Amino acid sequence: MTWTDQGDTCSCVLLRLGERRFALAADQVAELAAPSRIFRFAHKTPEIDGVILRRGRVVPVCDIAETLTGKRLTQRRFYLIATRRQPTGLDWIALPVSGECELIQADLTPAGPSDSPHVSAWLSHQGEVIEVLNLYALTPGVVPHTSQTSAQVPEAQAC
Amino acid sequence: MRLAAPPKSPVARSEQIILFRAGGQLFAISSASVQEVRSVDSLAGVAVPVNETTLAKVRHAIPRTGRNLYVVNAPLHFGLRPTPAALIFLLRNSRIALLVDGIEKMTTMTRLLALPGAFCHEERAWYRGLTVLDQNVVPVVNPAGFLSAQEISQLDAFAAQQTLADGNAAARPEVTA
Repeated sequence: MTWTDQGDTCSCVLLRLGERRFALAADQVAELAAPSRIFRFAHKTPEIDGVILRRGRVVPVCDIAETLTGKRLTQRRFYLIATRRQPTGLDWIALPVSGECELIQADLTPAGPSDSPHVSAWLSHQGEVIEVLNLYALTPGVVPHTSQTSAQVPEAQAC
Repeated sequence: MRLAAPPKSPVARSEQIILFRAGGQLFAISSASVQEVRSVDSLAGVAVPVNETTLAKVRHAIPRTGRNLYVVNAPLHFGLRPTPAALIFLLRNSRIALLVDGIEKMTTMTRLLALPGAFCHEERAWYRGLTVLDQNVVPVVNPAGFLSAQEISQLDAFAAQQTLADGNAAARPEVTA
């Protein structure tokens, strides 16, 4: 993507977490889904609540509200299914959101060195300055272009 | 003009699995990796205690053909609350035996999905992946993930020390008045 360093116009999805709104680059959003059953099993990644089944995929659920607003979401109205590019392909992750999402076009201001790692850019919408989120800083897992891969499960098929 | 034949869908490879409970949760293990299933009662008098404090999940060993099989408490391994174990799985080509609550059923899985990359801690070694059975997501355990080679060496060294200490105690003459 080039928008983070150019300050260009970009399609973004606005999402609501409690009282606050955040944005995510639209090309990182797969769909908005109604809440469905969460399957939980033993694991050691505290940021992950469990997984949902979506279109034959197993999608981990990661509540980012606590990191961003200091409070867990009391009401999950939808799951915003986002994608992250990984060395092994696209990885899906479900972000619980507390309200409707909105697709907008906005001019982005690149994040500065003093901004938190979870901010990839800023946008202004209806008089509100909104953080455009960097999913890689907010959600656990492999970041692109690192050597750690899912090769530890060689028999498994990618989702 | 003849239409090209539609591509054949790949034949799904199936695998026999055992669905078992540990710490009250459901797991799957390939039945090919389980050599024997025994009742925990059958180990009375056979299993020897292991008091290696750094590996709380291993409390017993079963001496077999000159080597120890180490009994791993599955709930403790997965960080779950301990539950009374009823069965023990002796894993094939392995020095690991697994204490579990019980067997749910034997079934077949046709699809093993990779553990999503968001899971990035010990669970990557614990599981081969996930499978979907009856609209449930079940983790498929990695039989090699219960004890690392280093942990087995550590337990071997501890067991050797313990045997030596027991032997010395037995050889020591009783103190008489």
